[in-house]
Amino acid sequence: MSAKNLFATPTGIIGVGAFIGVFAALLQHWGNPGNMGICVACMERDIAGALGLHRAEVVQYMRPEIIGFVLGSLGAAYLFKEFRSRAGSAPIVRFVLGAFAMIGALVFLGCPWRALLRLAGGDGNALFGLAGLAVGVWVGTLFLKSGYNLGRSQKTHTAVGWLLPLIMLGFLALLLIFPQVAGQAQSGGVLFYSSKGPGSMRAPILASLLVGLAVGFLAQRSRFCTMGAIRDLILFRQTHLFLGIASLVVFAFVANLVLGQFKAGFEGQPVAHTMSLWNFAGMVLAGLAFALAGGCPGRQLFLAGEGDGDAAVFVLGMIVGAGLAHNFGLASSPAGVGPHGVAAVVIGLLSCLFIGFTMRQKA
Amino acid sequence: MSETVDARGLSCPQPVILTLNKIKAMGDGELTVLVDTDTSKENVGRAANSQGWRVSEEIHEDDGFKLILRKA
Repeated sequence: MSAKNLFATPTGIIGVGAFIGVFAALLQHWGNPGNMGICVACMERDIAGALGLHRAEVVQYMRPEIIGFVLGSLGAAYLFKEFRSRAGSAPIVRFVLGAFAMIGALVFLGCPWRALLRLAGGDGNALFGLAGLAVGVWVGTLFLKSGYNLGRSQKTHTAVGWLLPLIMLGFLALLLIFPQVAGQAQSGGVLFYSSKGPGSMRAPILASLLVGLAVGFLAQRSRFCTMGAIRDLILFRQTHLFLGIASLVVFAFVANLVLGQFKAGFEGQPVAHTMSLWNFAGMVLAGLAFALAGGCPGRQLFLAGEGDGDAAVFVLGMIVGAGLAHNFGLASSPAGVGPHGVAAVVIGLLSCLFIGFTMRQKA
Repeated sequence: MSETVDARGLSCPQPVILTLNKIKAMGDGELTVLVDTDTSKENVGRAANSQGWRVSEEIHEDDGFKLILRKA
């Protein structure tokens, strides 16, 4: 089948960015936290909380958007005959990169998707995060140019590629079987729910799930990737993916204006702190980890949905990383960085540099 | 003279990097690129076009695609 993939054209990627921007703003309007209509890192962190991998009471919820991302991508991959089970490209490295990517993102308080949405909502602190992201990705491209490579994946049993989608279906089942019980932190002794804070701010389950499915479907078709957008610009002077994230910001900005959600400034922004250096450095770490792993956190979910078992390991690394980030006081809060956030960023950067320098193939 | 880049199993952006390196080394001619995902197929085609090459053939194989890139 060599039919042209319309979503992989410039018009296609701009359309997908617009869809994500508008519906992210709407999810916030419908109940998600400020400038967090969609945030892959925050939402996986909330899932870690729902599972009890950390006990930060304000960030616990089995976010249906993440489930939708994976299952929407799975649907698109099957519909267009692109599902291909593959695995075996240094999974342990991907796990470690996922964990540190999450730790970096939680020092900033957001993944690249949320950095763009924070900018579109008027949060000036996002500029430092995005600058950090660009620097992290740039360092990653230096490694790519000098031969950094995690090796080939292998085609494998179809069921291997199904495992993360099945885990997501299991999460969805848990969400439906164990809904929040008023006044209780834990539903039926299983899922944890926030009753205050960002984790308690939720769009209706059906809205979250449907938007998640649609975004997963569209992003699989268009290969939407926030890290790739910056990487391709630096590495190849190619603007294709960048059109997608530019479109996301513009359309989210307009939607925020229409919905009355735009508020320009640095102080008092929702779920954000003003420590510029650490907004920057956290995202340097996240950007480098994403670049070394070959995709932003959203892209890793979409790849996992189309059968990439290594991307699935990265996702699990992020969820475990979120558990560590909150258990060890690495994650920031609106008050600023956590007690051990700075040390974690330094250790994370050293770990990424170790990976980048030691995993190069000689030409 | 035809050369081959085997980018099967490699994740983004390796297939594009390998293809561009080979294209730069060759200047012109015919290059065969093997990839295993639709994403890599699109990315390699887009990168080749940006260098004045074109995808003259696209053969669907069991484990992916064989792209024949040409520049006269």
